[in-house]
Amino acid sequence: MPKFVELWVYLSTTPLFGLTATLVVYVLAHALYVRLQQAPWANPVLWTVIAIAGGLLATGIPYPTYFSGAQFIHFLLGPAVVALAWPLWQRREELRRRWAPLLLAALAGGAASAGSALALGWAFGLPADVLLSLASKSVTAPVAMGIAEKIGGIPALAAVFAVLTGIVGALSGKYLFDLLRISTTPAGWMARGFALGTTSHGLGAARALQVNADAGAYAGLALGLQVVLASLLIPLLFRWL
Amino acid sequence: MTGLRGFAWLLLLQSAGELLAHGLHLPFPGPVVGMVLLLFALGFKAVREPVAACADYLLSHLSLLFVPVGVGVMTHLSLISEYGLRMLLAIVLSTWIGLAVTALVLRALTRHAPEQARD
Repeated sequence: MPKFVELWVYLSTTPLFGLTATLVVYVLAHALYVRLQQAPWANPVLWTVIAIAGGLLATGIPYPTYFSGAQFIHFLLGPAVVALAWPLWQRREELRRRWAPLLLAALAGGAASAGSALALGWAFGLPADVLLSLASKSVTAPVAMGIAEKIGGIPALAAVFAVLTGIVGALSGKYLFDLLRISTTPAGWMARGFALGTTSHGLGAARALQVNADAGAYAGLALGLQVVLASLLIPLLFRWL
Repeated sequence: MTGLRGFAWLLLLQSAGELLAHGLHLPFPGPVVGMVLLLFALGFKAVREPVAACADYLLSHLSLLFVPVGVGVMTHLSLISEYGLRMLLAIVLSTWIGLAVTALVLRALTRHAPEQARD
């Protein structure tokens, strides 16, 4: 038995551990999600994060040790942001045809999301650096980190806020849209998908893609638009204020 | 091999984006500049075919890529114990406001547009 403990201590400090834990737990969580007919509350990212963070806290393994392995997955966020040009390019005809309503909706939704987060955070008395990390919450995590760095927020916290926002949207979007009587016609799927991509970036888009192909495509379009709009407008606004 | 060539294009354009963003002090993060560069490069078949193979695979597993950052929530436990509920409330409410505004604005703006033929 002591031999096993020794081996575990060795393994838990190698990068292999963080990488393996991330992939294995996610694959299991995803299998469960599929088993549960993709119920929003069974969101695989949410449960993977809870399981791994809980496991690390329980075993006393520090986050940097975990991240030394998980960084190989984290690194792929950069090329994934570049790859977002592909769904945008595929939808270039729609973008050309409906650029005005889509751009207006993206601006209104992005401003409503960031503005209400700042207003609520301020009303709740959150400290300034936390507040500034909230501004970029509707942009995909790697870009949110870049924006937070530019305006004086905490990049790591901004990333967590972005992931949480993504999970909240993926979890509750369906119920909110049903409540607002957004239809499930092609036009309705467009509105649902576009809203999920605008507000809940990659996690919202992943959810939309699983539910309906149209919704997924418009979510991809929205998240690409939000990346460009937010990374241009948020730093400019804060520089000007 | 096609997928691997696509991945090489993605990394190459990300690097170009980083160089441009830092060299010209642009307000965008490097990968965003890379995305805009790729948008133009996709006009060329030599870029489009390999990138398509790689991008579809990478983007279909997009949510996995958020796990390492999400686990980072454990490093902010003191902040969470002090402000956790208020932060969560601000995030949940503002997400609902954002979702509702986007969907309603888009519905209002496209309601009277003739439904386009879809394939």
